[in-house]
Amino acid sequence: MTALGRPGTRGLVALAAIMAILPALLPNDFLLGVATLVGINAIVCVGLNLLIGYAGQISLGHAGFFALGAYASTILVGEFGWPPLAALVAGAVGVALLAVMIARPIMKLKGHYLAMGTLGMGVVISIVLDQEVELTGGPDGMPVDAFTLFGWEPAGEMAWYWIVSGLLLVSVWLALNLINSPIGRALRAVHGSEVAAAVAGVDVARYKVRVFVVSTVFASIAGSVFAHYSGFITPSEASFLHSIELVTMVVLGGLASIFGAVVGAAILTTLPQLLAFLHDFEMLVFGAILIGTMIFMRKGLVPTLAGLARRWRR
Amino acid sequence: MTILRVEGLTKTFAGVSVIDALSFTIASGAIHSIIGPNGAGKTTLLNLISGLYMPNAGRIFLGDTDITGLMPHALAGHGIARTFQNLQIFFNMTAVENVMVGRHLRADRGFLAALLGARRIMVRDAECREMAEEIMRFVGIGGYIGSDTGSMPYGALKRLEIARALAAEPRMMLLDEPAAGLNPVETGAIDDLIQAIAETGTTVVLVEHDMRLVMGVSDHILVLEAGRKLAEGGAREIRHDPKVVEAYLGHAGRNR
Amino acid sequence: MAVSADFLQFLFSGITVGAIYGLVGLGFAIIYNASHVINFAQGEFVMIGGMTTVSLIGLGLPLLVAVAGAILATVGIGLLFEKLAIEPARDASIVALIIITIGASILFRGAAQVIWGRNFHSLPSFSGDDPILIGGAAILPQSLWVIGGAGAIVAGLQWFFNHTLAGKAMIATSHNPLAARLVGINTRFVLMLGFGLSAMLGAAAGILIAPISLTYAGVGVMLGLKGFCAAVLGGLGKPMGAVAGGLIVGISEVMTAGYVSSAYKDAVAFIIILAVLFFLPSGLFGDRGTERV
Repeated sequence: MTALGRPGTRGLVALAAIMAILPALLPNDFLLGVATLVGINAIVCVGLNLLIGYAGQISLGHAGFFALGAYASTILVGEFGWPPLAALVAGAVGVALLAVMIARPIMKLKGHYLAMGTLGMGVVISIVLDQEVELTGGPDGMPVDAFTLFGWEPAGEMAWYWIVSGLLLVSVWLALNLINSPIGRALRAVHGSEVAAAVAGVDVARYKVRVFVVSTVFASIAGSVFAHYSGFITPSEASFLHSIELVTMVVLGGLASIFGAVVGAAILTTLPQLLAFLHDFEMLVFGAILIGTMIFMRKGLVPTLAGLARRWRR
Repeated sequence: MTILRVEGLTKTFAGVSVIDALSFTIASGAIHSIIGPNGAGKTTLLNLISGLYMPNAGRIFLGDTDITGLMPHALAGHGIARTFQNLQIFFNMTAVENVMVGRHLRADRGFLAALLGARRIMVRDAECREMAEEIMRFVGIGGYIGSDTGSMPYGALKRLEIARALAAEPRMMLLDEPAAGLNPVETGAIDDLIQAIAETGTTVVLVEHDMRLVMGVSDHILVLEAGRKLAEGGAREIRHDPKVVEAYLGHAGRNR
Repeated sequence: MAVSADFLQFLFSGITVGAIYGLVGLGFAIIYNASHVINFAQGEFVMIGGMTTVSLIGLGLPLLVAVAGAILATVGIGLLFEKLAIEPARDASIVALIIITIGASILFRGAAQVIWGRNFHSLPSFSGDDPILIGGAAILPQSLWVIGGAGAIVAGLQWFFNHTLAGKAMIATSHNPLAARLVGINTRFVLMLGFGLSAMLGAAAGILIAPISLTYAGVGVMLGLKGFCAAVLGGLGKPMGAVAGGLIVGISEVMTAGYVSSAYKDAVAFIIILAVLFFLPSGLFGDRGTERV
């Protein structure tokens, strides 16, 4: 099978095309900014989707890892003078180590203990960020230095849009590679029958840990990028509600669908931004979407639509 | 040469001994059947050997290696493969992909390489797919190579599970009621398939209720009752063993 | 050796808040037993109980009537939730069910914000605010109501589980749903009963604690999560374990705030849950499984 014939390649090309055309269609900087935010959330969601949709585990604290990446970049650059790229990498490595530490003992247990562990982790991170005022600026947050790379600095919304778009394409490419590999197949097998997969030689616990680590690294990098882009971060980035928002995006877009994750992020990031009057009802709407999707459209938007399209073609 | 040696194996559930101090051996390359009335502990025994259950006492040896208590995926690495009484097909994947998962331990499983879409993974995967198709033909379901599992008939799915187990190139295959739900013609075909598998050198351990299949194909039979060994030997001896007849047919059977 | 007044104060405070966590944890345990679902909306039952009582009192109703009304309303919502959101998804994976309860939790909270705004509300104490002096510690009468009320509810539940047919049916279902159905137990009814009981427990907790710590639309989040920690500590599915877990979490929290650092008070429950997961996954009183897959 050539590279072009691999499943998902057409989607990747389509995504790249959409991202290339979008700036021409968006009339102002505000909307371009929304698109950039969509991209940042989408990066987190692609990783989270690998965890929920393929490894079958839920993380109720992914915002915590996002925030750790953001604060790592902010503090290492602002307080210690590190170059921003090094800070981003350090944040990702730190988060990966933390993820391994939590996940290894938990994944060996049968049941949904990762949900509990990530919930605990996320809340603890959120509280620490809130309380360590000296280091993190406390609940009021702290400003972030600009991102510089050997003297070059992204200038304006457009520059950030291209950076985030590029990163998103890379994330999707990595995720597609994983899914199409024997490991991806093994993960899908675990979904089909965990017993049969284990008996066939799949080390279920080990793969779940690895996928979890990958998903947290995606979140951390997205967090670092967000910090430099937004210029200001607060501990609310680590909140339980933010973690739930991320899960909602993945669930709505489609479990076990990489492009679904992008669609979910797109819908649930733009909606609150565009419909400001929705703000008071935001939680109500998110809750209704979660319940409704799970009852009526369990596979999520993109897989359901894809299924319908296939049936139409027959 | 002995490939499997079980010593004093015991498994209790909530105080009830489902397998009770069981000891037996299995010769390499043979077709070995395990039979017994319902509740004798046959599937439990298979689950113990394939690592799905932890024994409460006793040891299991594969060749010279003590494999007691190893996890199922580790046992796969030692060369044990199995099928299931109630189909455990991956219905979310195509038929070929099911068989390819069987070859998981021989695939290129580098995690970083997978993320980066390394060429060598794709090359090995293409070989894996070819092998899977070949195995499907060997097992007699070559016609389903392009198929989705959802559209395959029961008999073909039973063979698909066997293909998946074969894909691992195991030293020993555990078949849990491979003929369950099949008509006499299909059962005869399974009979031939089992012989073909044994001819490749793989040891076959069969749990079955279909006596014709068992008597026709087995080199050696182990009879279980209430978790204990009732009798063991060749087909002729077992057929005429009064203890076995009584266990299956009750007292009235003794005078037949 | 004289026990310091401070220590006694903290102890009572810890038992008070621990009793609330225990009630919430109990709600988690009961629903988990009936369905193996972790009901993340449990905390919102607490919130609905307290806030509804506030509204009913605002309408001029006497305390007892308001309390009864609020409990009925919460139980009604709990049953509606079970019928509309849990039952249709009965055959879904556990992941899907967890997501549904999380969705419900957010839905309830969002609705509460729309109905009641973001303001804090308080309830009058059941029997006044004059602190009672015990061994040098000043105990609020409401604290005694909380501890006594929780104790009475737990005792009532013990009697229900051990001496009524419905209660025993629930225990049977939690051990083996298939066997329960085979002997004629209506497992759908057991599930509904589970949700009804948990809603009642949550509402009672919310009402008991509201006079001490104010109530607002978002009060359910932390209470729910900490109650969950209590349930996990006790061994998910062990009702009495959840109560014990609640007391342990509550006392640890207050002791930490008093002797170590008040900033990290809220983190205690979650550090406990992480510790449980790493060192004792089946909790203090849970069963240790022997099956791997």
